[in-house]
Amino acid sequence: MRWMWIDRIVEFVPGKRLRAVKHVSLAEEYLHDHFPADPSTALPSLPVMPGSLILEGMAQSAGLLVGYASAFREKVVLAKVSRAELHRDVGPGSIIMYCAEIERLDSTGASTRGDVSLISLDWSGHSFGAPASERQTECPIAGAAEVIGRIDLMFSHLDRNMSGQEFPEHNFVFGAAFRTLLTASGIALPHDDPDFSRRAGKAG
Amino acid sequence: MTRDEIFEKVRAVLVDALGVDEEEVTPDAKLTSDLGAESIDFLDISFKLEQTFGFKIAQGEMFPENVAKDPRYVQDGKVTSFGLDELTRKLPHFDFSEFRQDPRLTRIGQVFTVDSIVNYVQRKLQTATAAAS
Repeated sequence: MRWMWIDRIVEFVPGKRLRAVKHVSLAEEYLHDHFPADPSTALPSLPVMPGSLILEGMAQSAGLLVGYASAFREKVVLAKVSRAELHRDVGPGSIIMYCAEIERLDSTGASTRGDVSLISLDWSGHSFGAPASERQTECPIAGAAEVIGRIDLMFSHLDRNMSGQEFPEHNFVFGAAFRTLLTASGIALPHDDPDFSRRAGKAG
Repeated sequence: MTRDEIFEKVRAVLVDALGVDEEEVTPDAKLTSDLGAESIDFLDISFKLEQTFGFKIAQGEMFPENVAKDPRYVQDGKVTSFGLDELTRKLPHFDFSEFRQDPRLTRIGQVFTVDSIVNYVQRKLQTATAAAS
């Protein structure tokens, strides 16, 4: 599960929205070598998470949401980054929340819209009062979530689009790591879930 | 909606989907060779047009679908006369006359102009209006 860039799914509305969190740990090896270099500032050089991995976290969140919608029958692959903006650096100890929503889904693929937020927890033990700025919203975990970026993606259902090219029969996209993530987050796999077809929602 | 208004909205969709400047989106501009569109971009354009104009685009209604591997449509890398007639019939918003002179499948991008997308939207909106009345 080396390449899992989300740790836990905290909200899941099949066919509609998925929220996942990722805890950034100083033990993650990429942080040991990823420091911004800006000699013009007097700021110390501190490890930051690469934007590409934040993008991957959103791709996994959105991709899971899209994949679940077809009960993982489709090979969902990231095909286009329509929009990717990040306004803050993310360092060790951060909790990133990805909120992905399906904008449009059909047999050929899907487009998703996503917010990247930083979760701050109140370590002093006091509860949060009113949000300090208009960019802060309540979030499902106790604390506050500040939106720091926006990532919109497009996914392709591989078997529907590469006419004539042969791909392995089994779905190589959604392997054991994703299944572990779902199960550990308390979400039934679509085939185990008797309510799946009722709840999964229609495409579009 | 006038054709100019449709063009402006289509242009906005193409600027958004393809990351090109407004000035590059001329009526004659070809989506693939001039504006750099790839296959996933066609899906993106389709989704965005749906959102902009409020209609649904069925697969194969705007761009040709499943043509390349169909031996009735393509032989030896060239679109057959049956294929050309079928495409002309099913996709009337495109102008295949120049393509017919040299119907190699690799040249099909010549047909996908901005103007043809405007044609498609205009027809689609007209059909919707007619159906509603």
